[in-house]
Amino acid sequence: MELWFTEEHSENVKFSIKVDEHLYSEQSKYQRIDIMKSYEFGNFLTLDGCMMVTERDEFIYHDMMVHVPMAVNPAIKKVLVIGGGDGGTVRELTRYKSIEYIDLVEIDEKVVVACKMHLQQTACKLDDPRVHIYFEDGLRFVRGKENEYDLILVDSTDPFGPGEGLFTKEFYGNCYKALNEKGILINQHESPYYQMHKNSLEMAYEKMVGIFPIMKFYGANIPTYSSGQWLFGFVSKKFHPVKDLQEEAWKAFGLKTKYYNTIIHRGSFALPNYILDLLS
Amino acid sequence: MNKQERMPIYEALERYKKMRIVPFDVPGHKQGQGNKELTNFLGENCLSVDVNSMKPLDNLCHPVSVIKEAESLAAEAFGAKHAFFMVGGTTSAVQAMVMTACKRGDKIIMPRNVHRSAINALVVCGAVPIYVNPGVNKELGIPLGMSYEDVKTAILQNPDAKAVLVNNPTYYGICSPLKAITELAHQHGMLVLVDEAHGTHFYFNDKLPASAMSVGADMAAVSMHKTGGSLTQSSFLLINNEVREGYVRQIINLTQTTSGSYLLMSSLDISRKNLAICGQEIFDRVIELASYARDEINKIGGFNAFGKELINGDTVYDFDVTKLSIHTREMGLAGIEVYDMLRDDYGIQIEFGDIGNVLAIISVGDKELNIERLISALSEIKRLHTKDKSGMFDHEYIDPIVAMTPQEAFYASKVSMPIGESEGQICSEFVMCYPPGIPILAPGEGITADILNYIVYAKEKGCFLTGTEDINIEYINVVAQNS
Repeated sequence: MELWFTEEHSENVKFSIKVDEHLYSEQSKYQRIDIMKSYEFGNFLTLDGCMMVTERDEFIYHDMMVHVPMAVNPAIKKVLVIGGGDGGTVRELTRYKSIEYIDLVEIDEKVVVACKMHLQQTACKLDDPRVHIYFEDGLRFVRGKENEYDLILVDSTDPFGPGEGLFTKEFYGNCYKALNEKGILINQHESPYYQMHKNSLEMAYEKMVGIFPIMKFYGANIPTYSSGQWLFGFVSKKFHPVKDLQEEAWKAFGLKTKYYNTIIHRGSFALPNYILDLLS
Repeated sequence: MNKQERMPIYEALERYKKMRIVPFDVPGHKQGQGNKELTNFLGENCLSVDVNSMKPLDNLCHPVSVIKEAESLAAEAFGAKHAFFMVGGTTSAVQAMVMTACKRGDKIIMPRNVHRSAINALVVCGAVPIYVNPGVNKELGIPLGMSYEDVKTAILQNPDAKAVLVNNPTYYGICSPLKAITELAHQHGMLVLVDEAHGTHFYFNDKLPASAMSVGADMAAVSMHKTGGSLTQSSFLLINNEVREGYVRQIINLTQTTSGSYLLMSSLDISRKNLAICGQEIFDRVIELASYARDEINKIGGFNAFGKELINGDTVYDFDVTKLSIHTREMGLAGIEVYDMLRDDYGIQIEFGDIGNVLAIISVGDKELNIERLISALSEIKRLHTKDKSGMFDHEYIDPIVAMTPQEAFYASKVSMPIGESEGQICSEFVMCYPPGIPILAPGEGITADILNYIVYAKEKGCFLTGTEDINIEYINVVAQNS
């Protein structure tokens, strides 16, 4: 018997992973949630058939989501994570003893339930006493906050589905309000390679431009994501992601990381020309 | 099986498709074969049922089979004696009501803040309007419903009037004392016509204001497409009591197309079934969404998403909570400015913005996440755009001076002159912002400085003005002095 998970990376390109066992499947109020066990990538989570996290390569995404802002402002104490129900982003954050408070706002409680059952590798720190989990719409949660956070991490699905509201101008504006004067926001921007996602990058760019004074993009290579080339956004009120990088302070945390280092940090903000063209 | 589960027109179209009829009749696209581009755009299914009247599908001008059945199911669902399927919008239903009740020279009592379609009907049939001033909420700058006492005065002063037309609810969601007005009008032998363009949902949920048929009104124009889920332009005309079905049909046929669209008719049939079966549940959810949005918007501060607190037993007899009307003037922003920002900056299209308010329609198709987007965008508009409110216009309703009937003025010999110089003249056409389509000036009304100021201000703030023969709204037709 052969069992394969397949995701369309474009109308004409498919990416498949051979599956050993289908561990979890549920249609929640918001989306279809599946966790499968594979030979090559370990257990992995998909939402509405889109790849979210695999045990083998999640370290790249979560390293780049968390350590980049922490190395720019090592004094970050209060963090808001929007989405990220798999827990990977929270796990990386909890490695910093200096972080005092983490709010996790995940719209779908069922994602957390599923990951606690079958993705302990990422969900292992969701019970840390510094972590406060809210099951509600991120757009709604952030609207009520003012001058509260040092860092917001938007760990969302793609802009078609329950994550749609997190790619809008009103959301970025509300985040601006929720951050303090040193605030940094990181979000994921999909792959800029295929046409469909290229359009959504351009649209997201248009919506963010003008809200924060500093707005940069950085990349990483993630094997299970569409085209492998993945982009993140770094926006902030005060800090430049490269000029304000505090290498020594970050190294002093003494964290062992599998992907991130401060040289990668600098390099990740150097983007290929085809992406620079899209953003100009 | 519940009778309301039936959809006779839809079922007939399904049968028609199975018969694989060879079409040598109109429409010429022949089930889409002759227009590939259109078929690709709208879909094969859609084009295959864009067909002409024929025996198995009945005829809208003279229904004897499936349309007749569908109309009687609709009548039952709305609690009416008969329901007509209308394919020319609620405009045509309003006009059929006025023309059924009045002929040339007959008086009809109505509030001045009616939709243009009602005054258009007066131009066509020559009836004479007796305007009742709607109450005005000064603070919000919105016209309200008619007060019982004002209607009573109008009836006593014009005992020969043939009908009373009530706008219920208004665009903003405000209801008049419909039951009391109906009883009063009936005591004086007048018909009660209700423009219920914004009240389809009243028939399908017990937490909403009373519907026209439920209080014994004689005719009602119901915009199924506005909040009921059918296709744009499809609508119902309901009749009750002594109003004769055959005569109303004749009136409708004076102006309605003889090629009634089966796309529109089937959408009415399917939507009626949906509301009859699931309406209570659907509108419970709509009410919940709208109430949530209203509370959250009021928490932002600055905006006033008004609601049932306006109820005063008379000019605001009841309030339709599914209308999310928001007063914006306290933020120093005209409604039309907020309306434009929502669309241009945030990709959110709402129903309309006027001088002091915006209106978002919450209906059968809305979802929570979109409501959150609207609320968040409004909170951003407050953060970024709040201005000083001095210098903002603060009234919406201007008392009309009716110098001639709409028909006389429209057909009188007229001259065109720059709007700015027209003070003191009698207007011979309409001027209005669209939406909401409530005339600022109607044919036969005197032009005053107040009105001209209002037009200049509305133009300046970016309202979309329409109505005049001059497409740029710079010139206006006025009644020639010697006529």
